[in-house]
Amino acid sequence: MRYSGFKVLKEALTGHKGWQPAWRDPAPKAHYDFVVVGGGGHGLATAHYLAKVFGRSSVAVLEKGWIGGGNVGRNTTIIRSNYLLDGNEPFYEFSMKLWEGLEQDFNFNAMVSQRGVLNLCHTDAQRDAFRRRGNAMRLNGVDAELLDTEGVRRMAPFLNFDSARFPIKGGLLQPRGGTVRHDAVAWGYARGADSRGVDIIQNCEVTGFRIENGKCLGVDTTRGFIGAGKVGVAVAGSSGRVMAMAGINRLPIESHVLQAFVSEGLKPLLPGVITYGAGHFYVSQSDKGGLVFGGDIDGYNSYAQRGNLPVVEDVCEGGMSLMPMIGRARLLRMWGGIMDMSMDGSPIIDRTDIDGLYFNGGWCYGGFKATPASGWCFAHLLATDRPHETATAYRFDRFRKGLMIDEKGMGAQPNLH
Amino acid sequence: MIIPHPLLGPRDSQEFTYLGDADLIDRPDWQAENAADRFYEYLYLRDNPAGEHRELWFHEQGDRSWLVVTRDTVTHEISKVELARDVARARGRSK
Repeated sequence: MRYSGFKVLKEALTGHKGWQPAWRDPAPKAHYDFVVVGGGGHGLATAHYLAKVFGRSSVAVLEKGWIGGGNVGRNTTIIRSNYLLDGNEPFYEFSMKLWEGLEQDFNFNAMVSQRGVLNLCHTDAQRDAFRRRGNAMRLNGVDAELLDTEGVRRMAPFLNFDSARFPIKGGLLQPRGGTVRHDAVAWGYARGADSRGVDIIQNCEVTGFRIENGKCLGVDTTRGFIGAGKVGVAVAGSSGRVMAMAGINRLPIESHVLQAFVSEGLKPLLPGVITYGAGHFYVSQSDKGGLVFGGDIDGYNSYAQRGNLPVVEDVCEGGMSLMPMIGRARLLRMWGGIMDMSMDGSPIIDRTDIDGLYFNGGWCYGGFKATPASGWCFAHLLATDRPHETATAYRFDRFRKGLMIDEKGMGAQPNLH
Repeated sequence: MIIPHPLLGPRDSQEFTYLGDADLIDRPDWQAENAADRFYEYLYLRDNPAGEHRELWFHEQGDRSWLVVTRDTVTHEISKVELARDVARARGRSK
């Protein structure tokens, strides 16, 4: 079944009787060439590209809960490729290019909306840093525009230009950044993978890895043993727990909770994504009208998908100082998700010391924008045993070798990234 | 979260800053043969358990003491709070 304008029209006129489930609900087979643990955005994208780009059809995605129930449905939906460092920028730009063609790729409306991402600066030093970042982006062929105060005012006249403790001095704009409907990303990838023969197995929790003579032969699950040629783990906040089952007890990762918020629905208000540079606050407006915003992680190790009030206060203070009118909007919902915070703030896509076991994690709280490239690069690694050219820096051993990709220069302190 | 400080009683967690795993007390010997490996593990690898976790909190907005807090990372429940000084001494650290 393909989605199209014609199909929508036809179904509207025939009582919507022709729609089918977007993916099957298969029983697990005894063996697959590739088993992807984790049916989140990254795992589903991995399966999709394994099938579509690398032509592998014996692939299963194992998901403990349901598709779209984890971080892929909990983030603030922002996509951007405004990174500074060489290890990161080509990868995130690869991701941005994949976002741009994603809907045609998997024939599903993910509402990719390139409304622009505007990072505000509030000091001269910060403007210098943004100028440097913008130049680094342009050297990598990415769009970047440095705005002065007037430029920002033209884009977002509602910001606090009058009495701010940290006045707005300008901003770095990436016009191709924006937002994507995150659930549709999960569903689209699930559908795309499924239509190419990938088995998406929900309610199937991995309970152990079968490892003999240093080789991973498959996984034990709540639905029985599933043999595998290669196993790829992409489980975000649960990385530590899942890898411990394979005997890898210590990773360069801590799990932390990040909260997100959405206001009641309002009329179109924000031109795109706006981030506050004097605190940590980012906001965009969903197509339903809600202001979607967030800030810092809570800052302590946590596996609880809920946070505490001090960060709520901090985020709301940021919002109030940036755009005081936000105080008139009522908060509709707030929630938390578990982030796999790595020691340098950058991800890992690499093989492990166990033959046939591969790892994709450490996305901190920036994993959503990376979903397409993460899936593509992980599929590349699984299929060819070589890293994709944009992901060569995302190795486990970069910590041992001192080759950190520390975008914020915070050092080995996960709660500061 | 409320952290029951052993000297000051119940204090809001907002008064503290968080460092991480209490194993950070055991700084490796820089003169040891395997110092490079040990420091790599010390700096970059973490247990990251779902459940009981011993961790270092610094009472920055209070008496500036370091605490070892035993906390459940799933429920956020705090079961034990010690002065990091006492923990370090119990592990044989005198300085």
